[in-house]
Amino acid sequence: MAQSIFSDELNAYLAEWKDKPGNLIMILHRVQEEFGYVSREAADEVSRQLGIPLATIWGVLTFYHFFKLNKPGKYNIQVCLGTACYLKGGDIIIDELGKELGLTVGGLTEDGKFSLEAVRCVGCCGLAPVMTISGEVFGKVTKNQIAGILDKFA
Amino acid sequence: MGFKNYILVCGGTGCESSRSDQIYHSLIDEAQNQGVADQVQVIKTGCFGFCEQGPIVKILPEDSFYVQVKPEDAKELIAEHVVKGREVTRLLYNKAPRKAYEEVEDIKFYQKQMRIVLRNCGSIDPENIDEYIAAGGYKAIEKVLFEMTPDDVINELKTAGLRGRGGAGFPTWMKWNFTKVAEGDEKYVVCNADEGDPGAYMDRSTLEGDPHSVLEAMTICGRTIGAHHGYIYIRAEYPLAIHRLEVAMKQAREYGLLGKDILGSGFDYDIEIRLGAGAFVCGEETALLQSIEGHRGMPQPRPPFPANKGLWGKPTVINNVETWANIPEIIVKGGSWFASIGTEDSHGTKVFALTGKICNSGLVEVPMGTTLREIVYDIGGGIAHGKKFKAVQTGGPSGGVITEENLDTPIDFGGLQKIGSMMGSGGMIVMDEDDCIVDVAKFYLNFTVDESCGKCAPCRIGGKSLCNILEKITQGKGEESDITQIHQIAKAMQIGSLCALGQTAPNPVLSSLRYFPKEYEAHIHDKKCPSGKCKKLISYEINPSKCIGCTACSRKCPVGAISGEVKKPHKINGNVCIKCGVCKDTCKFGAIEIH
Repeated sequence: MAQSIFSDELNAYLAEWKDKPGNLIMILHRVQEEFGYVSREAADEVSRQLGIPLATIWGVLTFYHFFKLNKPGKYNIQVCLGTACYLKGGDIIIDELGKELGLTVGGLTEDGKFSLEAVRCVGCCGLAPVMTISGEVFGKVTKNQIAGILDKFA
Repeated sequence: MGFKNYILVCGGTGCESSRSDQIYHSLIDEAQNQGVADQVQVIKTGCFGFCEQGPIVKILPEDSFYVQVKPEDAKELIAEHVVKGREVTRLLYNKAPRKAYEEVEDIKFYQKQMRIVLRNCGSIDPENIDEYIAAGGYKAIEKVLFEMTPDDVINELKTAGLRGRGGAGFPTWMKWNFTKVAEGDEKYVVCNADEGDPGAYMDRSTLEGDPHSVLEAMTICGRTIGAHHGYIYIRAEYPLAIHRLEVAMKQAREYGLLGKDILGSGFDYDIEIRLGAGAFVCGEETALLQSIEGHRGMPQPRPPFPANKGLWGKPTVINNVETWANIPEIIVKGGSWFASIGTEDSHGTKVFALTGKICNSGLVEVPMGTTLREIVYDIGGGIAHGKKFKAVQTGGPSGGVITEENLDTPIDFGGLQKIGSMMGSGGMIVMDEDDCIVDVAKFYLNFTVDESCGKCAPCRIGGKSLCNILEKITQGKGEESDITQIHQIAKAMQIGSLCALGQTAPNPVLSSLRYFPKEYEAHIHDKKCPSGKCKKLISYEINPSKCIGCTACSRKCPVGAISGEVKKPHKINGNVCIKCGVCKDTCKFGAIEIH
């Protein structure tokens, strides 16, 4: 039998949740936690282990924004486009990042270093506009700070 | 033995992203270094609400309210405040010495607030069950288990007149009662913590600051309706809230407050967490249940209502976080106490996330009946940067705008509906003169189009068509007939959509049309955007009386649209200009104007 692409911990998690009703979304979260996204191969593996058709799994994956189907960059940039951030110029931050990195939203730089994502409300509206890079939060960001912030991750 | 000082450090998501965790650890280290570790207790609490001024550190018993604290300030706070008993004035909110023991409530931001839901946020350590108990927690469940019948509980909620805080305002006691009398061998309790409204974070802060209050309330509900299992459906985007809930559940089990035979009463009850995955529509109760069951979150026709046929086809109560957080307080203090607060139509308080172009962004809790003016000006401190107030939006993508003329409307469920908006879950976004109302309507429409599950045509196609029309208008291609068409499509969506997402999606457009018809006309007839936001409708021009001909702008212009001789006023060629705004950012003399 081909070796599982999942770690032992992930396989254990699948075994624990296998028979619980409504387990699919919880399992997909755990898969994404391990790989940073859910690849076709990973979805195949989940399908095989749970006995759920791939089409059902793909239906769930594409319905929810949180699940990523493509590998994110080493540093994933999330720009908040919640209402508060939008009013305070979140879209300008996205344009500027796009220019600096040569990316559009959803894209990945050629060297695989940065990916750019627009998200809904990271919940720090007092700091609007907000962006995060691999979890680190930058608040009250202005267009002119972008290049400097990116340099930190060079 | 008590401590000389208690240092409360805000551990809400907002303050944590401004390094409050580092402040917390630095304070502990400094207390150790300066030999006063046995005199102070440093506690990480939930959100204080005053996010604009974060990170916040409060020191008791003096009630000193320190704002915008940095980890580097820890040394001084310990040396001065704790060791020498002198306040660090430069970090105080008022930046001035004050009388000892002056109340934090003297800060205007807090004066008109009343904290029931957020009663423990910012005062207890959410990861320590003993602090919740010391603050009166788990008294309500004791009362329910040993002194009250299920009918007593429902009657108490009826007297209180608590209405659902998720937005719709349905009486909570009725929901519980329907589920209680429904036939079923198994019943479920669900907490809706899928706070999807962009710009709202009331529920997240409540869970981060006081998770036990929600657990206690859900247990009370289980006992009342005869359920033994609860689910908390929470956004995966809220890792801190999830962590604190997990800690709270573990502690509650250790204390016999969850699990088998709770407090020796013979009642078994436990709670599980289920993660959402970023779908706004899952805030709708039937879609939420689909998602807990592991499916795509598609709303289902009602009836049957979840009270009869909910999770896995069993009778189910679903309430949102804020509703839950009210319940233990109602049980302990009584329904008539709760009913005495607020207006006739709506009792109690409401939490709002006050954001946008306001001086004091933050989380505020006010008694129902408070006016919008009080929230925007007294609590919020008015519009930032001396700009002019334009409108405030409540109810998020399902709500509408409220203008100056209606600012004195007392806030309650009925009052907001009358002026074309709605309570919603509590997002309150303030706009100033620089915000284009058509653009904001387009923003919300884009959101609902993106979040529509696609199941029914009026929402799926109607939303997209509305969006296209608004896009056309902001591009300067609007026509007279567009307004009529907006009204027609909106009506079809309101009547024909299956769930509230589609039914309410046109609201931001309709309400902005109602209050700002002139702004739509300016876009359509004059091809102008009065606030200068819609790029296609503006032009950049150089004011020759201000331009000194420094050439800075022409050197920065990426398309070479600016020409002129050195030391003479320059000109922008409108046919070449791409309206990127670099020239305006570059000019030090304010010579570049938007027309």
